[in-house]
Amino acid sequence: MTSLPISQDAASLPASPRDLFALTKPRVMSLVVFTGLCGLLAAPVYVHPVLAFAAVLCIALGAGAAGALTRWYEADLDAKMKRTASRPLPAGRMDRQTALHFGVGLACFSVILMDLAANHLAAAILAVSILFYVLVYTVWLKRRTAQNIVIGGAAGAFPPLIGWAAATGDVSTLPVLLFAIIFLWTPPHFWALSLFVRSDYANAGVPMLPVVAGIESTRRHILLYTLPMIYGAVAVGLSAAFLILAFYVAANRATEPKQMGPEKRLFAFSILYLFGLFAALVVDKWVLA
Amino acid sequence: MTPELEPEIRKRQRERAKVTAILLGLFVILIFAISIAKMTVNR
Repeated sequence: MTSLPISQDAASLPASPRDLFALTKPRVMSLVVFTGLCGLLAAPVYVHPVLAFAAVLCIALGAGAAGALTRWYEADLDAKMKRTASRPLPAGRMDRQTALHFGVGLACFSVILMDLAANHLAAAILAVSILFYVLVYTVWLKRRTAQNIVIGGAAGAFPPLIGWAAATGDVSTLPVLLFAIIFLWTPPHFWALSLFVRSDYANAGVPMLPVVAGIESTRRHILLYTLPMIYGAVAVGLSAAFLILAFYVAANRATEPKQMGPEKRLFAFSILYLFGLFAALVVDKWVLA
Repeated sequence: MTPELEPEIRKRQRERAKVTAILLGLFVILIFAISIAKMTVNR
């Protein structure tokens, strides 16, 4: 009876604003906001800066809401993983109902605000992306199949589509291409992470590919999924670097997380890759064109 | 609620009230700015 009463006391306190903010996974949000902003800026129409700001804010709030709802649903998993045990819910700093109310409220608010600031289509895609992330990826796929991130990765690919729809009111080929880029990028990105936190996923019973199929098979999968990423002249340099890092991962034989330097480098580079690629698209439209 | 926790609860409530007030203020400004921007675009 030492730690439990403390966490119960903590959970009976009103959640602090800092913990509510942490629930939205702010680090993940930066990439979502950036790709959404790029989708909006790449659109061939003028968007009033205030409306553009509001649209990007809605994308950020929607991503935060999806993150909060995931944290609510996965509080039991987070408690079993070293990497996530200190988050507000598993650490007992917040009760689950607060997280649920906060997530649902934020999701509704972001969709309604998007509808007011932009248009029905952008609001509808935002709502679909939140529901897809929470229901399809988190609730349905994550604990059932090793292909969870392949199908569920689509949830993270929506922001450029939403940004474009907010600007133009429709969806055309380019935003679908941006969607496809993130869709293809997601599996090697997450598999690189899941290789060096494999024991965490195994302890929590999450069937990530390294847990189910083993380290070598995951490394081969990373390489195979990186090959189709060579698209367009702008992407060649970045994709070549991605491919080289994927080769290093495929050639690595280490099984201890401390020796998984190539996996950690690929994970870090994959984030830089998406930032670089989307920035190139915007530079192409705003500077070079 | 135990008596020892009451000051901490009050502190958290004050903190959340302040953040809520700031967010509400920003929301009002944002809605105002969106309305003006929409009127400008539709003119």
